[in-house]
Amino acid sequence: MGELLLTPLHEEHIKLKARMIPFDGFDMPVQYTSIIQEHFAVREKVGLFDVSHMGEIELHGNDALSFTDYIVANSVMQMKDGEIKYSPMCYPHGGQVDDIFIYKMKDNFVLLVVNASPNYSAKDFDWISQNKGNFDVDILNRSPTYGEVAVQGPEAEKLMEPLVKGDTSLKELKRFKFMRGELFGKRILISRTGYTGEDGCEVYSEAKDIVDIWNGILADGKKFGIKPIGLGARDTTRFEVCYWLYGNDIDETINPLETGQEWTVKFDKGKFIGKEALLKVKEKGISRKLVGLYVPTGGIPRNKMEVRKEGRKIGYITSGNYCPSLRKAYAMAMLDLLYTEKGSKVSVVIRNREVEAEVVDMPFVKPVNKR
Amino acid sequence: MYPKDVKYTETHEWARPEEKLVAVGITSYASEQLSDIVYVELPTEGEEATKGSPFGTLESVKAVSDVYSPVSGKIEEVNHRLQDEPELLNKDPYGEGWIIKISPTKKEDLEDLMDAAAYEKFVEEQEEVEE
Repeated sequence: MGELLLTPLHEEHIKLKARMIPFDGFDMPVQYTSIIQEHFAVREKVGLFDVSHMGEIELHGNDALSFTDYIVANSVMQMKDGEIKYSPMCYPHGGQVDDIFIYKMKDNFVLLVVNASPNYSAKDFDWISQNKGNFDVDILNRSPTYGEVAVQGPEAEKLMEPLVKGDTSLKELKRFKFMRGELFGKRILISRTGYTGEDGCEVYSEAKDIVDIWNGILADGKKFGIKPIGLGARDTTRFEVCYWLYGNDIDETINPLETGQEWTVKFDKGKFIGKEALLKVKEKGISRKLVGLYVPTGGIPRNKMEVRKEGRKIGYITSGNYCPSLRKAYAMAMLDLLYTEKGSKVSVVIRNREVEAEVVDMPFVKPVNKR
Repeated sequence: MYPKDVKYTETHEWARPEEKLVAVGITSYASEQLSDIVYVELPTEGEEATKGSPFGTLESVKAVSDVYSPVSGKIEEVNHRLQDEPELLNKDPYGEGWIIKISPTKKEDLEDLMDAAAYEKFVEEQEEVEE
């Protein structure tokens, strides 16, 4: 492993005495005080996350929209300025390069927010660049020049609404919409999005401005009980509401029809990368599926653990964790279709021991984010 | 900063002589390092514990860690409260967060363990190695 990258907020994390870990090539805070305390700050009050590791790829040109439509499974041609869509970005074989967020800025400008790994989202950037063909589009990897924070929790709107100056009030900004604006005198883009299942927003700025934004939000958030939140609670909050994590629940071997992402795959639109392979999968039917598991005793299920039925391997855990809100352990698992019905009894191998588990509905905790 | 009425292992357990038994738990350092313990795998009463061998497992949100016995002997008592309240290991590692009580085969097992001052020094050295 080479040198770890630093987000523009790295020094702030050190000042806050965060415990740091490598994540997606960055040196990131996993926790400031306690993952469980941070989890409940997000669920009950408000939390502030450094998500500056996320990548930003800008597409400029007359074909910005049609090119995006070609590289992702979701349909983007009808998107209005200020709208956001989630989509898998597939390989020709149907597995996923990444799952990404598409920000429609204007007809000739699309912003893609992508996962970080490796090296400032180089994998996504290279893939997108390789597929440019004859599209009239400039592809710019602007990841190092953006800073990004997420403000998440039931008090997020109350905290942020008076601080953000934009075309409309933050109150009016619906989920999966964004606007440009100003925050503490800095130019920002703010979106009604997040990865926790709570209401909240994500704020993008120039990298050099994000430190003032971070400290400003922390100071103004004091009266709402704000806490800085590390990757540990980012994982427990997203996991409870079963938001996919690329690299665990989704990867190049997993197609979106197997995961519950099928609503994002628009077969009725024009050509897109992966369409033919996915159509074949759809016709034949999937052979495995991502399901929720409840694991009542015997330990915490974790990524890559084997799932068995009567001693035979039938799949594996993609994500597993203790859900602080439920005080119980759950998992997301990729299982042979035969065993994916709700109520199906299987076992998870934890420390060489088969531990009982039951297929349950996802999500484990219902998201309460604004519609 | 570490209580003086217990002895310490290099694997960050403590042992406290209590009449005929020896109570065993994890140190505040181990508890802070693990942070947010959410699952505890306990032995059952009557099992034999062997000095230096694992007798249980702790899981935090992010990590899994074995607990090693500071002495050899029979496990007489198990703190079953930890099953429902693993957070006791974080809140009160030397008190309500005790894990097992052993009737030791040899009292000498306790003698080669560290006292509070030695353990404090040991932790400091370990921290330096990490950095």
